[in-house]
Amino acid sequence: MARIQLHDLAHSYHPNPSDDRDWALRSVDFVWDDGGAFALLGPSGCGKTTLLNLISGLLRPTKGRIIFDNQDVTMLEPRVRNIAQVFQFPVVYDTMTVYENLAFPLRNRGVQPGLVDQRVRSVASALGLDQSLNNRARALTADAKQKISLGRGLVRQDVSAILFDEPLTVIDPHLKWRLRSELKALHQQSPFTMIYVTHDQTEALTFADQVVVMNEGEVIQIGTPAALFDRPNHTFVGHFIGSPGMNLLPVSIDEAGIVRFEGFAIESSSSSPREAIAANGLQIGVRPEFVSLHTEGIPADLIRVVDAGHMRILEFRHAEHSIKMVLSESLAIPDRAPYLLRFEPNRTHLYANGWIVA
Amino acid sequence: MLELDDVSLEVGGDLHLYPTNICLGAEGFNTLLGDTLSGKTSLLRVMAGLTRPSNGKVRFDGADVTGVAVQRRHVAMVYQQFINYPNLSVWENIASPLRVVGLKTEEIKRRVSSIAELLKLTPYLDRQPSQLSGGQQQRTAIARALVKECKLVLLDEPFANLDYKLRESLRDELPRLLADRGAIVVYATTEPAEALQLGGFVATLFEGRVTQFGRSSSLYRFPRDLQTAQILSDPPINIALGKKSGSRIELSESVGWDLGSAHANLPEGNIYVGLRPHHVSPENQGRGVSVQGRVRISVVSGSESVIRFERDSMLWVSHSQGLKRFDVGEIASFWLDVDRAMYFRPDGSQLALD
Repeated sequence: MARIQLHDLAHSYHPNPSDDRDWALRSVDFVWDDGGAFALLGPSGCGKTTLLNLISGLLRPTKGRIIFDNQDVTMLEPRVRNIAQVFQFPVVYDTMTVYENLAFPLRNRGVQPGLVDQRVRSVASALGLDQSLNNRARALTADAKQKISLGRGLVRQDVSAILFDEPLTVIDPHLKWRLRSELKALHQQSPFTMIYVTHDQTEALTFADQVVVMNEGEVIQIGTPAALFDRPNHTFVGHFIGSPGMNLLPVSIDEAGIVRFEGFAIESSSSSPREAIAANGLQIGVRPEFVSLHTEGIPADLIRVVDAGHMRILEFRHAEHSIKMVLSESLAIPDRAPYLLRFEPNRTHLYANGWIVA
Repeated sequence: MLELDDVSLEVGGDLHLYPTNICLGAEGFNTLLGDTLSGKTSLLRVMAGLTRPSNGKVRFDGADVTGVAVQRRHVAMVYQQFINYPNLSVWENIASPLRVVGLKTEEIKRRVSSIAELLKLTPYLDRQPSQLSGGQQQRTAIARALVKECKLVLLDEPFANLDYKLRESLRDELPRLLADRGAIVVYATTEPAEALQLGGFVATLFEGRVTQFGRSSSLYRFPRDLQTAQILSDPPINIALGKKSGSRIELSESVGWDLGSAHANLPEGNIYVGLRPHHVSPENQGRGVSVQGRVRISVVSGSESVIRFERDSMLWVSHSQGLKRFDVGEIASFWLDVDRAMYFRPDGSQLALD
C-alpha cells in the first residue's frame, strides 16, 4: 500500500487548452495517506473519472506529477503501477469457477498455493461468496458477478491502491447496502489505500474517511463526512451533500453588520459578516436538520409534507422562498399556523459568491 | 381508473406474474417497488398493452382493454434508457408524437411550449439532445411522453441512469408536475426511499407477486407481511425468530422483553419480530429495551451513524441521527424501540395489532 501524492495535477482533452472550461481536471494538489479510504464525489462530468484514470495510468496528465510513496509514477504504464481496479460493470471469466476467478490475480503473480487459498477464502467469506466458490461464474446473476469483481480487486495484498469506479451502480439497494458495509469492514480489518469514485453521496459518505468533492473539473472541498456536512465551504457542497440538501437563502448585510433574510435578523457562524458587506451573491445556508419550529422566528406557511418513513420532510414557504426542515417520525407536526422557523445559529453559514465567510 | 382483475402472466411455463388484483387511480403516484426481476416491468407492459396477460382482465375507466394493442390505447411510457431522436431539436423531439397524429400547428405550438415550460426546458428548445445534460435529456423524453396528454403514464425506472442529486430533484418535481393532469401515473423503482418520498400509493413486488398495495406511509407502518416490511426498508430491516411465552417474547438468551397489553393476545410459540434499523438506537432515549452488543461495523456518514453489532450470534443494524463512533470489537449498549416492533407469524403474515 502506498501514500499517494498529487502535485499540481491537471488534465485537458484539448491539444491546446486555453480557458478554464478546456480543462477536464483543473490543478489539484493533495496527499492521500497510506491505508486511507478516500472517495471522489461529484456529478457527471465533474472530472472524478479523469482523476481516477490519471492515478491508474490509463491517462497521462497534461501537467503535474503523481507520486506513490517516493516514486514518481507519472509516466509509468498502468501495469507497473501495481494497482487493482474495480469497474462499474463486472469483469469476470465466465468459464472459470468463482474460486478460480478470485485466485486468478494471485496465481498470475506466482503467489504460493497455501496463501492463495487463504486469501480467496477470506475475501469470499467477507463478500458472502463462500457458498458458491465451486460454481461457474457464467450462471451467476449480475449482482454476484459484481461481487466477484470486487473480490478480485481485494484479493491481492501487495497492491499500491485499489480503485473503485462506481462499483455498485448495477446492484439492487439492499445488496448495495450490505456490500457497502462489507467494504467498510474489510477496510477496517486490513487498511488498504482505497479510492472510490461515485456520484452517490451516501456511498461516498459511508465508505470514505476523506471525501474529495468535485465540480466542473475543480476540487471544491476535501474533508471528513462530518466536516462536509457541518461546515460546507461552498454552497455546492451544501447542496450536493445531504438529502434534502442545504437550504440556501438570499440575504443582505446591514450597516450594523447584521445578516438579514427578508428583513429578519439571522445569526450565523460567521464571525465577521461586515467584511462581506459589499460582496455579491450573499446567501445563508442552513441544513433542513438544523431548522426547527419555535415560539419566535421567521413566519412561514407549510406547503408540503413528505413522509419518508423514519422522518418527514416539511416544506415551508416564506415570500417566494422554499425552506425545508426534517422532523423525526416520533415527533408530531404542530397544527398551528403561522409556523415560526428558527435556524440553529452555529449551523447557519454565510456565503459570498458561493464561498463560506469565516 | 385502471383495474387489474386477476391478471397473471406465464411465459414458457414460468409464472412471471402471479394473479394480481389492483386498482390504480389518478390521485397521487402509483409506485411499483421491488428488486430487479421482481416483475415491475412485466406489470407495466401488461398495463400498457405491450404484453397480453395469460389470464385476467385489464379495465380502463370500466372498459375492458385486455388485448387492445398499445397503439390504440392512450398510453405514454418512459424508459430507464432515455430515448430521443438525436438529429431533431428538443422542440421537434417533444412535438413528434403530435405530428404523428396530425394536430394543427397552433395546437402543437401551444402544447409543446406549455410542457417545455413545466419541465424547465424552454431555454434548450433549439438544441440537439447531444448538447444537453443527462437530466435535460431525460426531461425531454418525459416531456415527449406527457405532451400527448395521455390518461395513463408509465415510468419504468426513469431516473435510474441519472446522478443521485439530479434524481433527488426530479423525484421532488415530478409529482408536482403531474399532480393536476388527471392522468394515472405508474412509476417503477428499486429504491425504497424513492417509493416513500414520491408519496401516493405503493405496490411492493417480490418474485412476480404484489405483496401489498396501499398508501406508502401505511405500508411502511403496517406491512401486511414480512416480505413487504423487508422490501420497504432501507437499510434492511432487522428480523429475528423469537418465542412468545406468556407475556414475554424472547429473541435469544439475553434479548427479550415484556409485551405490552396491545400484544397480549399474540399466539404462543414461534413469532418473527421485525425492527427497523431506525428503531435501534445507540443512545438511551428513555424508552426501549437495552441490549449489549459487540460492534462489528461502525460507520459515520455526515449526520448519521450506522452500526452493526452482534449479540447471541444475531446481527443487528442500528441507523441513527447524530454521530456515534465505536471501535470494532467494542461492547456497547443499544436500545430497541420495541413499541415499534412488528410481529409476524412463522408463515410471514403480520399479526393483528388489536
